[in-house]
Amino acid sequence: MPIQVTLPTAFTRHTGGKKTFNSGAENLPGLLSDIDQTFPALGTQIKDEQGQLRRFVNIYVNDEDIRFLGGETYAFQDGDEVMLIPSIAGGR
Amino acid sequence: MAYSCRTYELHCNECGRSFGNQPLSACDVCLAPLEVHYDLEAIRPHVSRASIAAGPFNIWRYKALLPLPDGFEPDLPVGFTPLVRASSLGRRIGAEKLYIKNDAVCFPTLSFKDRVVSVALANAQAFGFTTVGCSSTGNLANAVAAQAARLGLKATILVPADLEPAKILNTLVYGARLVRVEGNYDHVNRLCTQIAEEYRWGLVNVNLRPYYAEGSKTVGYEIAEQLGWRLPDNIVCPMAGGSLIRKIRKAFKELIALGLVEEKPVRFFGAQATGCSPIAQSVKQGLDYIEPQRPNTIARSLAIGNPADGPAASKMIQDTGGYAEDVSDLEVVSGIQELAETEGIFTETAGGVTTAVTARLYAHGRITRDQVTVSVITGNGLKTTDALAGSYPTEQSIRPRLADFTAYIQQLEQVSEPELATVGAY
Repeated sequence: MPIQVTLPTAFTRHTGGKKTFNSGAENLPGLLSDIDQTFPALGTQIKDEQGQLRRFVNIYVNDEDIRFLGGETYAFQDGDEVMLIPSIAGGR
Repeated sequence: MAYSCRTYELHCNECGRSFGNQPLSACDVCLAPLEVHYDLEAIRPHVSRASIAAGPFNIWRYKALLPLPDGFEPDLPVGFTPLVRASSLGRRIGAEKLYIKNDAVCFPTLSFKDRVVSVALANAQAFGFTTVGCSSTGNLANAVAAQAARLGLKATILVPADLEPAKILNTLVYGARLVRVEGNYDHVNRLCTQIAEEYRWGLVNVNLRPYYAEGSKTVGYEIAEQLGWRLPDNIVCPMAGGSLIRKIRKAFKELIALGLVEEKPVRFFGAQATGCSPIAQSVKQGLDYIEPQRPNTIARSLAIGNPADGPAASKMIQDTGGYAEDVSDLEVVSGIQELAETEGIFTETAGGVTTAVTARLYAHGRITRDQVTVSVITGNGLKTTDALAGSYPTEQSIRPRLADFTAYIQQLEQVSEPELATVGAY
């Protein structure tokens, strides 16, 4: 049940330049532990001292903010495209 | 793609790191938005009330307080919009010292976005960008398109596909390339974040955002100067991303630090439409974070469901003892009409939000009648006329004869004037 994960360029210095990778994670906590295993430096960057995802990182699943889908409880579907992206304040 | 400057540089408010001057919006360590940090001590000898008063009647009179690269020559007379005493609106809503900061007449494109874009494009040129752009719900698109045309820069502008026709036309007329994106503003914004990584473009509210946002401070400088170098008791300000309200406070703090105004507490009140009110909800619940929303409001220029400056704006409002309110779309329209009928100012939907929220803050006693309060109007009603569609049915015509005219007027006057409801009073 792989999902495809896309990273912004700012994160790729921790992934050896890789911008996308596949993951078998079933949900967001699973994805974060997968990142800890595969790209430990990235895991450190996107989480704060308490191990929580930093509030300036947004996660989208197929164009939808994961918080609208149930956040950590959302079960990834086969083929989901998951994107991690720093939140940029808009400006209309 | 970087320049050096002695008086300002990018700074991360979360972790304190500095980044010099480059097109970058987020800290590469903790990912927080970057902000321009000034060496006010270095600026102090160059700024006084007199030096500002001797400057031009536009935002460039505050040039020393803006992130402008060496050698920058101001071009357009942006800003210095009227601050008008709103006695008539005040009588209706129970306010004695209410002022309107009227950016509905900002030059050149009739919204406060002209201020931020002029500062952003000065930096775009210093960084060597030849193409600029933005994600926008309209006002920013207009401002980028117009000023890019003037400066000879190419512009590519991304907007939600369902944007008001007037705002699309007001972008295309300047020769900008417009890309309509299926989705809401948050989708457009996210796409622009990716574009900024792949293209060597200066996107004013993405990779140029820290510089862009500083342009908003000029609203605060002008308010203080126009009040006779005094700070008001209260500011009522519309909120989309949550940036403007914070920058007005930053402006006031700088003026205090530079000794240009006397220090006093100013309370900040945020205004949103209920259909997109993540910051207002955060303030009302006393939170330090934002729950994102899916926007559903006619106030599209405020419809950012996931504002990255939202947590900081919410905290700032709470710190100042202010509050945030949100109003229904019905009240937004009433707010537009009320400001027009009382003060002769035709504002867009965002201004309807601000006016309705201002009225409610007085009605609920959060602002008292004798306090000096400035309500910030950021855009022009001519751009969102569809919000008033159906409000004014076409009247019958008459023959060009005095008798017909007199009969018609008598007929109109027989219809009793409906009592004008006060918006926001519930």
